[in-house]
Amino acid sequence: MKLFPMPFHSLLLFVVWLLLNNSISAGHIVLAVFFAITIPWLVTGMLDEHPRILKPWLAIRYALMVLKDILTANVEVALLVIGPIKNLSPGFVAVPINVSSDLGITVLASTVSLTPGTVSAEVSKDKAWLYIHALHLDDEAELIESIKQRYEKPIKEIFGC
Amino acid sequence: MPLYLEIIICVSLLIGGAFLLIGSYGLVRLPDIYMRLHSPTKASTLGITGVLVASMIFQSHLKGFFSIQELLITLFLLITAPVAANMIAKTALHQRTKSLKDTKGQDLMETIRDREAPTKPPQNP
Amino acid sequence: MLNLTIIIVAVCICIALILNLWRLLQGPSISDRILALDTMYINAIALILLYGIYIKSALYFEAAVLIAMLGFVSTAALCKYLLRGDIIE
Repeated sequence: MKLFPMPFHSLLLFVVWLLLNNSISAGHIVLAVFFAITIPWLVTGMLDEHPRILKPWLAIRYALMVLKDILTANVEVALLVIGPIKNLSPGFVAVPINVSSDLGITVLASTVSLTPGTVSAEVSKDKAWLYIHALHLDDEAELIESIKQRYEKPIKEIFGC
Repeated sequence: MPLYLEIIICVSLLIGGAFLLIGSYGLVRLPDIYMRLHSPTKASTLGITGVLVASMIFQSHLKGFFSIQELLITLFLLITAPVAANMIAKTALHQRTKSLKDTKGQDLMETIRDREAPTKPPQNP
Repeated sequence: MLNLTIIIVAVCICIALILNLWRLLQGPSISDRILALDTMYINAIALILLYGIYIKSALYFEAAVLIAMLGFVSTAALCKYLLRGDIIE
């Protein structure tokens, strides 16, 4: 039996426990280690297969890039909201995706929702199409291309699927 | 409290308040549900982050050590905001809520509701 | 200066809450109402944290965490109920 069946979740539990208590005293560290070991050990049998993060550094770089995009997205959407609404041309777009794992699709859809002017609405049953709604749709092909280049490629590399 | 800390806190509070207000203003102003989804999920996320950063700096000063608890709420909201938006969009599509008349790609809405692949491929793939 | 800023921002958030309330009461479709409720949760978190700064107390952090979690769970539950007619399948 492995000591850490889910290393990422163990780390998350450890950090979140310390943050919730807002202290790094010895007692809390011992408790956090206890939770980080026992909880994954108890629940690991209930989970489906989950893909591993193959390239952690790329994942960190991706997270930073998304944070930067969120900032610009917020300002952009705020300007669109204040500006004249008549000029807005919303639209639904179908984006073909070829990320196969559920986790990858979730991450991609969440990223699309948080970045400029788009909200993901639905994934088709065969997991090949991501439907998004754009607040201001200028050029459909360009939007699809930017999503595929900017977000899908790194996700495919990170999860290796 | 030193002046520079007070200025940082004030600025981030003001940014946060302004974005929260813009987010809610967009909720009232935009014409249909699919467009309204955009403003709270994005503007409000930045707004709450501003208030949380201010709170973080203030509490750190108050307690005398670096207190980054508030990051937990920011992280949680960043993860849950897109999920909530996605679920609301699904609900709206499921209930066949009408979109604005000149929305592009309206013929897709039935397909999206049934979670099928689009019948007509996009013009230039 | 800090107290004045807090009051200005509190007024901003209160106006935001009133706008949300208007959308909650007005909202033509039920998804609009859920969205308005979701936004109200976020504004309420901001208001509580602001009050924590105002009275110089760290106690309100727990309340904010609770509202954040319950807000997301209730939004998800409402949507799930409308989508599937059942919350836990």
